[in-house]
Amino acid sequence: MFYREAGQFKTTYIADQELFPVKQDRWGLLIIIGFSFVVIPVVANDYWLQAILIPFLIFSLAALGLNLLTGYAGQLSLGTGGFMAVGAYSCYKLITIFPNTNVIVLILLSGFVAAGFGLIFGIPSLRIKGFYLAVATLAAQFFFEWLFARVGWFYNYNDSGAIEVPVRKVFDIAVTGPIATTEARYIVVLSIVTTLALIATNIVRGRIGRAWMAIRDMDIAAELIGIRPLYTKLIAFGISSYYAGVAGALYVFTYLGAAEVEVFDINISFEILFMVIIGGLGSISGAFFGSAFIVLIPILITNLPLILGIPINAATVEHFNFMIVGALIVLFLIFEPHGLAKIWSIMREKLRVWPFPY
Amino acid sequence: MPAQNNYPEIILSVDQINLSFGGVKALEDINFDIRKKEIFAIIGPNGAGKTSMLNVINGFYHPQHGEIRFKGLHRKQMRPHEAAVQGIARTFQNVALFKGMTTLNNIMSGRNLKMKSNIFWQALYYGPARKEEMENREVVEYIIDFLEIQSIRRTPVGKLPYGLQKRVELGRALAMEPDLLLLDEPMAGMNIEEKQDMCRFILDINEQFGTTIVLIEHDMSVVMDLSERMIVLDYGRKIAEGNPDEIRSNQKVIDAYLGVAHSN
Repeated sequence: MFYREAGQFKTTYIADQELFPVKQDRWGLLIIIGFSFVVIPVVANDYWLQAILIPFLIFSLAALGLNLLTGYAGQLSLGTGGFMAVGAYSCYKLITIFPNTNVIVLILLSGFVAAGFGLIFGIPSLRIKGFYLAVATLAAQFFFEWLFARVGWFYNYNDSGAIEVPVRKVFDIAVTGPIATTEARYIVVLSIVTTLALIATNIVRGRIGRAWMAIRDMDIAAELIGIRPLYTKLIAFGISSYYAGVAGALYVFTYLGAAEVEVFDINISFEILFMVIIGGLGSISGAFFGSAFIVLIPILITNLPLILGIPINAATVEHFNFMIVGALIVLFLIFEPHGLAKIWSIMREKLRVWPFPY
Repeated sequence: MPAQNNYPEIILSVDQINLSFGGVKALEDINFDIRKKEIFAIIGPNGAGKTSMLNVINGFYHPQHGEIRFKGLHRKQMRPHEAAVQGIARTFQNVALFKGMTTLNNIMSGRNLKMKSNIFWQALYYGPARKEEMENREVVEYIIDFLEIQSIRRTPVGKLPYGLQKRVELGRALAMEPDLLLLDEPMAGMNIEEKQDMCRFILDINEQFGTTIVLIEHDMSVVMDLSERMIVLDYGRKIAEGNPDEIRSNQKVIDAYLGVAHSN
């Protein structure tokens, strides 16, 4: 009843091409963003920020990057973990080389290093497609895991083999390192994720986004209307790796605080791919839904027995966790292959005519 | 009947094209010229090499021998996107649309070559990127009006009926503002009303935009009415060339279509 477009007429193409043509969507999103920036840091406690919201946002960013590549450009990749590692380690090196530079700038710059490597590992995509390409991108995953574990230069030859995040301040507020408050780290992550999500939305609705979808849906016809396949695919690899790299840098610098290369193993690549599939291929909001699903469901399952007061030991809960998440993924793929974003859009369609569907 | 052609200038000439796949000769010594602003048809029985001919013209197949001259430029080989840059657009026998995208985006993607703004402006969706988007949207809206598909602007094309998909595909090709438009069976599988609409669009495109059109079609009444000149292919060879009246009375053509009694 309240979600209606009636009476909202577009008189210019500019108005019609707006990001959120429906007024309610626009306000809804603004309210969500405002709420996340203003209310959540005040209300939420450390557990919520540290264990739920920060990882949720970081994984959303990584899933968003993979969604650009897999969902929009149609190129399957299993190298996300590798590119996240590139982002994290290059941020670490950058912070060693330029100790006085603003850490947020360095995090954003380290994405470009990942993007560069993404371009290199995207070259095989001209010749191979689908599952074979996925296997080729595995090369990136294993190569970077090996590189960052074996070459001491990347972790400054320290004995533990791990990278440890030094304290860095922005406007005199510590945002990384052990003394940074969760609120400060949350705000940094939220700002970067919001900005990059907005940029991703802009890219997919413009020329590049259309070229990606054209390559995904029918590459022969795409070439015919003047889209160069290699160039378009490489842009997708580059931008996607940029997002993965920034996510990786954030993962270490604002969430873990210290990390070895094992945190970026193949499991994380798969996890992010699941987020993309469950959230919805080819949808920006899908990345957020998928990440919420994968991050929140295990936490929910772990805490539910405690909340309900069911006496059950932690190990059993852990087993249940795997079973239930696995079953949910299978059910999702069967009943809604287009993911949570599709369910959301169906709900919106229903809402538009509710309560008088005819 | 379209008016007699007053533009004798040749836009595309096909010279001694030979194309074979292994031992199979798909095209043998094909020669013909297409004049500017005419509607030219390629006809022939199934497997005669009509679609192969189109694929050669827009760079999908690379002929073993022979040469194509388009707008005065000689070429032996080129990639499909180079053909697009030079102004050759085409539609496919089996609709080749981008199924996940809306009608609007499909046609907008045809404007790809006309859009130049760099990735940084696009990331902001501001300045040159936005201006360019709006300008091209206007052209696309003109095409949408022209093809009378306003009501399906926001529909993903995968959900559209076949006839409309063909129309959207034509729209996407038109959005490229081509000099030469290749239509591979634009009326296949359509009912009579849809065929009439499509004929009207083809004639209007030719007349209003001055686009040269090359047409493959099986419906003889359509071909005879639409085209000014045509060639007939059979087993990869050209067996006749001329205007509809000449073709209708050509004995070789009649033999190819109806079959001929072999003496042995």
